[in-house]
Amino acid sequence: MAKIITPGPSGYVPTPAVFEGVQITPPGKALLYGEWVDEETAMREAALAMLTRKNPTIFPGPLVLWGYNASAIEKAQAVLELAKEIPNCRIIPMPDYRPKYPKINPEAEINPNHPNLTILHNRIEACIFVGVHCHYANLSLRMIRAGTNCFTIALCAEMGHEDAMVSIRDVHAEKILELRDMVIKVREELGIKWEPKLPPENPSLPKEHFETLNIADYGDYAYLLHPRKGETVEETE
Amino acid sequence: MPEQKVVETDYLLLEAPRERKFITGSQAMAEAVKRANVDIAIAYPITPQSETMHLVGDLWAQGYLKDYYRAEEEYGAMSAIAGAVRGGARAFTATSGPGLLRGLEAIASWPGHRIPAVLGVLTRVVNAPLSIQPDNVEISYLMNCGMVVLHAENQQDVFDFTLASFAISEMVDVYLPIAVCTEGFFVTHAKGYVNMTPEDMKLPPRDPYKAPVPPTDCEIPPARIQRDAPVQKSNFMSYLIHQVWQQEVWSSNMRAMKYIYKYLNGPIEVINPDAEVFVAASGCAAAQAREAVRYAQMEGLNVGLLKIKSIVPFPSKEVRETLKNAKAIIVPEHNIVGWLAKEIKANIPNSDNVIGRPRVYGGMTLPVELIMDEIYAALGIKKDKTVLV
Repeated sequence: MAKIITPGPSGYVPTPAVFEGVQITPPGKALLYGEWVDEETAMREAALAMLTRKNPTIFPGPLVLWGYNASAIEKAQAVLELAKEIPNCRIIPMPDYRPKYPKINPEAEINPNHPNLTILHNRIEACIFVGVHCHYANLSLRMIRAGTNCFTIALCAEMGHEDAMVSIRDVHAEKILELRDMVIKVREELGIKWEPKLPPENPSLPKEHFETLNIADYGDYAYLLHPRKGETVEETE
Repeated sequence: MPEQKVVETDYLLLEAPRERKFITGSQAMAEAVKRANVDIAIAYPITPQSETMHLVGDLWAQGYLKDYYRAEEEYGAMSAIAGAVRGGARAFTATSGPGLLRGLEAIASWPGHRIPAVLGVLTRVVNAPLSIQPDNVEISYLMNCGMVVLHAENQQDVFDFTLASFAISEMVDVYLPIAVCTEGFFVTHAKGYVNMTPEDMKLPPRDPYKAPVPPTDCEIPPARIQRDAPVQKSNFMSYLIHQVWQQEVWSSNMRAMKYIYKYLNGPIEVINPDAEVFVAASGCAAAQAREAVRYAQMEGLNVGLLKIKSIVPFPSKEVRETLKNAKAIIVPEHNIVGWLAKEIKANIPNSDNVIGRPRVYGGMTLPVELIMDEIYAALGIKKDKTVLV
């Protein structure tokens, strides 16, 4: 199989996979190194990468991190189930898409404006993007391919990502659990001994104390929380 | 207004029964908007415009649109369209010539902001001197924005392209604005037959959560998700983020091609694929080119038509394939700069065969005879010139 999209570093100006003729797959198919394959083949390669490459890490985005709806919560639980089965897996969140000033804490988070910093700092050689909006996932995947040797896996709720080494589309909780099962299977085939456990605590973003939280804590964004004059907010989504 | 029922996009665009009407290009665009479940239209309909936005205003008065207003000028109109779309609405506007250029700074920012709006461009001359005549030089200014640019030949194209554009622009892997261009007066003010989908059917509403970016800044918990921050806070930008962001816009533009195949029967139309000489044209010039090809075939000449519907993304592969054996490629245009001839030259190996004539501009019509003259010259046929007194 011709490998069009492989781990980098591919240089200062990465050529987008689309420019190289890679196309998003139809439903039921997945992308592996830029070629269309069946999902099982792609999942096997993804599992192999997460089990054999250094410092495997899952990057959950806002669509998994925040409980927008029942589906998001279910998906987040499935991500934890997957993380438990990958030896020494870490979870580093992409909680939002703002550029962070003066710089991010690369041990605590990953950011689409410079995702390479988190990858390089933690020497991550295999990662999974899940729950990141497609635009920002594509930016991140391309930058990671440009400047790092990380093997990228995209679990996309929509149509998938040409710039990932493995891209699986229409991914919801059920398909994440399928990938978990594939991880267990490949792990056993490789003879890797592992007791399922959650990833270690992460020196994450500053704790938010919801009991004492007030509007001032939201800084520049506080105005977004103020109801307009005369407006009564009776229910939220 | 009749009660409209929502039907599946594929059904409306590909299968729904059609009724034939004799209407202007402006009416065709408004009829498409009527069936597109549009939330809001915003415009600054000053001369030179077409009556398109007046007709869309009527649609609002009849209850087809939720909102419509006249902006303070084009820059305001185009900026407000961006705001409405980012807030989750399906939006439409149209403009012409100088108005397009006045709004261009805002329009050029739409693709980067991932704004799936539909923009009607009813072409007129660009100042100076001031005029209201048709001329499509303004399309050349749109070609490098990152947006999808379609060029309609006639009233039927205007209807089909506009309605399909709402669906294509909102595809998650595209999510870009689409300009539906056609010639002012020649198409907008002239009547033609249009096969239209039923008036009581409309597209499904926009789902702003099915998107490659968060739909709003302020309604998504927690408030700190700021979709626009990397766009607007230049002091935090690295070259790399801007680089990959631009790449994403143009990648998305290329992804639109598969939907142009699905909903518009492909980006090109070819008549007589084995022709010795091709007339390659877009928009209204394609109608005249079609007529010239018909004349030529009546004279027994081996001439073909290449009509290009999609200017951006440009169908490079298809154009190369069609023109690979052509001895001459005549490109008639309604502008002085010859943007289509340049684009074709840049995309084929035998670019010396491209004849960037005839060109008419300033509002002149494009007589079929001018194209015929080029066909005769390309085939080495000598014709006596008749001087009319």
